[in-house]
Amino acid sequence: MTGFPATLPRPRLWLRRRFPLLARIAERLLLSILLLLTVSVLIFAGVEALPGDFATTYLGQSATPQAVANIRAEFGLDQPVTSRYFEWLGNALQGDFGSSWASGNSVSEQIGNRLGNSLFLAAVSALIAVPLAVGLGVVAVRFRDRLPDRLINILSLAAISLPEFFVGYLLIMFFVVKTSAAAFPATVYDSMSLIERLQVIALPVATLVLVVLAHMIRMTRAAILGVMSSAYMETAELKGLGALRSITHHAAPNALAPIINVVALNLAYLIVGVVVVEVVFVYPGMGQYMVDAVTVRDLPVVQACGLIFAAIYILLNMTADILAIIANPRLRHPR
Amino acid sequence: MNRRSIPLTAWIGFAGILLAFICAIFAPWIAPYGETEIVGDVWQPADAQFLLGLDNLGRDLLSRLIYGARTTLFVALSATVLAFSVGIALSFIAAVSRGMIDMVLSRLNDLMMSIPTLILALVVLAVLPQSLTVLILVIAALETTRVFRLGRAVALDVAVMDFVEAAELRGEGKLWIVFREILPNTLSPLLAEFGLRFAFAILFVSTLSFLGLGIQPPTADWGGMVKDNKDGIIFGVSAALLPGAAIAALTICVNLVVDWLLRRTSSLKGGRGDG
Repeated sequence: MTGFPATLPRPRLWLRRRFPLLARIAERLLLSILLLLTVSVLIFAGVEALPGDFATTYLGQSATPQAVANIRAEFGLDQPVTSRYFEWLGNALQGDFGSSWASGNSVSEQIGNRLGNSLFLAAVSALIAVPLAVGLGVVAVRFRDRLPDRLINILSLAAISLPEFFVGYLLIMFFVVKTSAAAFPATVYDSMSLIERLQVIALPVATLVLVVLAHMIRMTRAAILGVMSSAYMETAELKGLGALRSITHHAAPNALAPIINVVALNLAYLIVGVVVVEVVFVYPGMGQYMVDAVTVRDLPVVQACGLIFAAIYILLNMTADILAIIANPRLRHPR
Repeated sequence: MNRRSIPLTAWIGFAGILLAFICAIFAPWIAPYGETEIVGDVWQPADAQFLLGLDNLGRDLLSRLIYGARTTLFVALSATVLAFSVGIALSFIAAVSRGMIDMVLSRLNDLMMSIPTLILALVVLAVLPQSLTVLILVIAALETTRVFRLGRAVALDVAVMDFVEAAELRGEGKLWIVFREILPNTLSPLLAEFGLRFAFAILFVSTLSFLGLGIQPPTADWGGMVKDNKDGIIFGVSAALLPGAAIAALTICVNLVVDWLLRRTSSLKGGRGDG
């Protein structure tokens, strides 16, 4: 890295020279915060762009002007947009998302329970899917263009083409209706023990794993192949290095960053896949809450869920980038 | 390229896509019954008269599948075409002009892509009125971000080639460079991307309809048909699985063709391995 741009502020310049790794991570953190703020504006503004006024929709066409004004005041809609945004964001940062328009209950209370359920579902799926995907990806590369690779390729191609709800109902048809080996619907209660919970969510987890696994295998395979076909691997082979040594010393360290990326990308995908799977299995999570809210246009709930989903997604991507920066020294000096 | 070099899997893909389009275009002539016509009992099993049985309101499933192909394909295809026109145009403008325009467009795109597609769609659909146009526009807007990213990357690759510089030195305008120099040389990866986006659009519109936020009843569409019949699953009625299988089959067919296109493009690059 030669010559820093003269426009960089002094502290940042110093940080970059002394601790390039730390500086990159700090930059990435700042970027994420900026991104989150912009997304919050986007979500708030998107909902604000409601064609027609909410109060009029709420009361119907024949509402008197006085009734409309009362409703507007009750929901705080008579305040200017900017002050409402900052109030909303300030409260959201303290964990208060206001109350639902549909039921009048506190949104945060509802989300508190459901977020835990959704994360539990996603985490169990990830614990199964990640090792399986990396393992099968390595198998596909090892037996490249032979039967196992072709089999994995065709099966994963089929699996990424299946909509989540189809996989879900197929599993229900087979395991609940035909063999009654699993439970449906996947309702969880606070009083349930961990084992009971795991039993109940077996099918939703299986659905998520199947859907995410195919993506992950294909991407892992591509990432490892990308490394294996690089010039330094050819050099290692040509200078007579054994297969194992060239993989542990040359391929693995370089493949780590892309694989971390693949995993994080798919974990982020899992967060979204959860929405459909929760609806299929009637699982009390965030996804179902959000879909229900969208159907009845319960905007505070939609805003809150949207912001939380987006935040988790952004945080996962950020973690992936930071891990990749740590794993791959070349990324510390972007050109 | 000769016909022999096309693998069997790609032929299967083409055949499936063709079949779906024939169903979509000639639906009123092929379908034995009407789209919303009630012809018998709820969830009546399949027999010689109703080849696939009846749905949750006693409508013929086969007819609704054929009409559903029409809706699903129409929405997915128009969204993809729209996304491609806008995405390619914006990405090429960004790649050719660089500087400020490129930066603004790219950052805007990054912002859109930092929100998961389904979540963004849910937020937007909570606010906008439910109509076919809105649905197509929302899916197209989400797809545009992906098209833009790929289009910009491939255009930047080509824009530094000697023949582009030659055209610039000849004094050709920006439009000439985009349409006569860059576009023909990026056609292959863009074609594969078109297939991928089309497959994504089919899955996405089906998912939205399944969640009850896409195409509204009584219009038949594959995702909505799964939603209509999902309560039958627990009684062993497989009516919900048929439209699901139709979505899966069509997407697999599109992906088979895309897979072949991608292999073809990557083997053009040469090198040791092409994944």
